[in-house]
Amino acid sequence: MNDTLAKTEKKTAYLLTLPAVFLVFAIVLFPIFANVWISFKEVELKDIRIPEPRAKKIVKSISGETTKIKILYKLRNSSLLQEIRDVTFQDKYPKNYKPKELDKRCEFKKNKLNCRFGNWPAKYRENFQVIFETKDGSNINKKELKLIKPNLNGESDNILLNTKFTLKNFKKVLFENEFIDLLLTTFYYTFFGTVGSIIFGILTAQMVNQKFFGRTFMRSVLLFPYVAPVVALAYTWELLLDPNSGTLNSLLINYQIIETPINLLGQKYITVNILGFDFKLRLALTTVIIFEIWRYFPLAFLFILARLQAIPKELYEAADVDGASPFQKFFKITLPQITAVISILFMIRFIWNFNKFEDVFLLTGGASGTRTLPINVYQQGFAISDIGTGSAVSIVIVILLLLFMFFYFKLLGKRVDEN
Amino acid sequence: MRTKNIIIFSIISSFFLASLISIWKILVTLQGIKLENFNFQVIFLLGFLVSLAQVIIGNKLNIILKLIIFSLIFIFIDGYLIQSMPIWYNTGVFLILYFFINKIKKFNKKNLEEEHSTQIIIFDFLTLFGIVLFSFVILFPFYMMVVTSFKTQIALLVNPLDFSINFTQGFKDLFKSYFVIFKSYKFGKYILTSTIVSLGTVFITLIFAIPAAYAIARLNFFGKTFLSTSILIIYMFPAIVLVIPLYTVFSQLGLRNSIEGLLIVYTATTLPVAIYMLQGYFKSIPKELEEAAILDKLSWFGIIIKIIIPLSIPAISSVALYVFMIAWNEFLFSLMFLDNPNSFTLSRAIQYLSGDAETPRQYLMAGSVIVTLPVLFIFVYFEKYLVSGLTAGSVKG
Repeated sequence: MNDTLAKTEKKTAYLLTLPAVFLVFAIVLFPIFANVWISFKEVELKDIRIPEPRAKKIVKSISGETTKIKILYKLRNSSLLQEIRDVTFQDKYPKNYKPKELDKRCEFKKNKLNCRFGNWPAKYRENFQVIFETKDGSNINKKELKLIKPNLNGESDNILLNTKFTLKNFKKVLFENEFIDLLLTTFYYTFFGTVGSIIFGILTAQMVNQKFFGRTFMRSVLLFPYVAPVVALAYTWELLLDPNSGTLNSLLINYQIIETPINLLGQKYITVNILGFDFKLRLALTTVIIFEIWRYFPLAFLFILARLQAIPKELYEAADVDGASPFQKFFKITLPQITAVISILFMIRFIWNFNKFEDVFLLTGGASGTRTLPINVYQQGFAISDIGTGSAVSIVIVILLLLFMFFYFKLLGKRVDEN
Repeated sequence: MRTKNIIIFSIISSFFLASLISIWKILVTLQGIKLENFNFQVIFLLGFLVSLAQVIIGNKLNIILKLIIFSLIFIFIDGYLIQSMPIWYNTGVFLILYFFINKIKKFNKKNLEEEHSTQIIIFDFLTLFGIVLFSFVILFPFYMMVVTSFKTQIALLVNPLDFSINFTQGFKDLFKSYFVIFKSYKFGKYILTSTIVSLGTVFITLIFAIPAAYAIARLNFFGKTFLSTSILIIYMFPAIVLVIPLYTVFSQLGLRNSIEGLLIVYTATTLPVAIYMLQGYFKSIPKELEEAAILDKLSWFGIIIKIIIPLSIPAISSVALYVFMIAWNEFLFSLMFLDNPNSFTLSRAIQYLSGDAETPRQYLMAGSVIVTLPVLFIFVYFEKYLVSGLTAGSVKG
C-alpha cells in the first residue's frame, strides 16, 4: 500500500516538474551544448537559413476565352549557396477543372496537380506554366484559384548537421583577436565594477540604516537605477556625457574646470597628471565602469541593508557601555557581521558583471577600448557574421565561469570548515 | 574639552551648511542669475553662528520659533543685504536651513560633552552629506530624462544647462515629442507588443512554475536535490552564451521576429527564479491543510488550485510583478530576435530609434520616459512586496 503511494507521489512529481524542466533545458541547457558543436564548425550567418523551394502563383486570363486560364508558377531556390534535391510540387484545383496541356514532369489526379522537379541547384529559377479549362464550359473564377497556394518540398543539406569539424574558430579567438587585451578589459570591467558597487553598497546601507525623515522613500530611490530599463538609462547617460551638448561637459566648461569638451565615451585614453607623473587612464572603460557601479550598487545596498538590520542591537549597546567610538563600532562589529553577505555579493556580481552585455553595448558598442568578452560574442557572431567564432568565444566564457564557480565554492567550503 | 567639542561641532556643521548653500547657488547661476560673489566666508560664518546659537540656546526655545528666527536672519543677510535676490531663491535657502536646523537640533551642551562626540558629529554629517549626494546622483539622470523630453530641439542646443521645464508653452508644445513618437514612430504598437509579451510571460511562467515549485516543496522524488541545485546554477548562467545557438535554431524554425519566440525564451529564462521563489514560500504553508485535503480525496490538481494558490497569493503576485519587470526591461534577446519593426518591443524600438543619428534626442528621451514609467510606478507602488523578494536574489541583472 505504502509502496503504491510512494509511486504515485513520484509520478505526480515528475508530471508536475516535467513541463518546466523540459522548457528550461531546451532553452538554457541545450544551447550551451549546441555552442560546443557550433564552435567547431565553420558557419556563417548566411549559412544557417535552410534553402527552400518557393513558388509564386500568377493567374492570367486568356483574352477572348472565358473558360480557359493560364497559370504561371515562378519557381525558385531560395538559397544562393545550396542545392535542393528531389523537389516535389502539389497544387489543388476546384472540382470542375482539367488541364489542357501538361508538362512531362507532372500528372493530374483527383483535382491535384503533382509534379516532380528533381534537383534544383543554387539560385535556380524557372517559370512553369499550365493551362486549364473548365469541364462544363462555365466561366473561370480567378479569385478562387488565387486563394489556393501550392505546396513544395525538397531535401537539402543542413550545414549545422554535417560532421565536418575544424579548430579554426578557437585559433582565431585565442591567437588573432588580441585575446589578452580582451581578457584584461573584461577583467577590469568586472572587477572594478564589482568592487565599486559593493563599496557604494556598504556606504549607502550604512547611511540608510539610521532613522531619518523620508527613509523609506530614500530606500526606493536608491533602487531606481537597478529596476529601470537599461535602454532608457544608457541613452540618458549618453545624453549627459555627450561631448557637444551634454550636460556634464557644458557644466565643466561653464565653470572653467576644463577648456575643451571631453568625449567620455569615445576616447580610449586620457593622460592624467598626478603629483607630476603622467598616468594613462582608460577613459571610456572607466566611464562604462562608473555607469555599471551606478546601476548595480543598489543590489549590494539592499543585501547589506537587510543584513545590517538583522544585527542584534545588544552588540552595539554593549559597545556603547565599553565606550567604543562610532568608527570602532563600524570596524569591530558591523564589518565582521557583513563579510558573509559581501562574499556572496562579490560572487554574484562578479559572475553577472562578467557576462554583462547590454550596458557596454548601448553605451559604446564595444568601441574605444571597451570590448569585453560578451561584446565580442556579438561582434563575431553578428557584426562579422561568423557564427562559429562567436560560439567559440561563448565557450571561453562558459569555461571561465565554471572556473570561477569552482574556485569560489572551494574557498567557501574552506571557510565553512574553519568555522 | 567642552569648548573644543562645541567649536568642532560648529565648524563641521557650518561647513556642511555652506556646501549645501553653495550647491544651491551653483544651480541658481544656471537659471540666469548673476552672483557677484559666492560669499563662502560669510555663509560659513553665519552657519557657525547658527550652530553655536543652537548649542547655547539648546532646547529652551520652541523649534519652530528657532527655525524662523535663524532663517530670517540668514536670509536677511544673504539674500538682502549682500545682494537682493528673488523670492524663489530665498525660499530655497529657507528650505535648506529648515532641513539643516532640524538636523542639528539634537545637539546641545550635554551630549557634546560625551566621549567620541567629535567622531559622532563627523559620522552624522558624513551620513547627511552622503544622503544628499546620493539622492542627487541617482535622481539627476532621471530628472534630465524627463526635462529633455519636454524640450524643443532649439532649446536643447541654445542652452544645454537649462534644467527647467517651461510650463507656459501650452500642453501641445510641452508634449510635442510624445505626440511625434506616437504618430510617426508607432510607439503605440510597441507599447502593445511589450505589454503582450510581458503579460504573456507572466502568465505562462506562473502556469509552469506553480506545479513545479509545489513538487519541489512538497513531494519526494528521485532527483529532487539535483533539480533544485541545477535551478540555482542555471539561474547564474549568462544569456549571452545562449544567443548564438538560439538564434540559429529560431531562424531555422521561423521563430525569429515573432512574439511566440520571445515568449518561449523569456519564460525559460524567468522560470528558475520563479520556481526558486515560489518553492520557498510553499514550504512555509502548513502541511496539515494538504493532509486533510488528501483525506478528502482531492487530486494534486485540486490541492494546488484549492489550497496552495489561495494561500500564496502574496508570493505569487510578487513573482508575477518581478517576471513582468524582467520581461519588460529585457533587451538582449529582443535585439537578437527582432529585426522587423513590426514586431519590436519598446526597448528594441528605442534602440532602433537611436541607431539613426538624425533622431532628435528629445524623442529618444520621450521614449525612455515611456519605457521607464510603468516599471518605476510598479516598483514604488508595490515596494513592500518587491524589496523582500529582491533580497531573495530574484532579479538578475
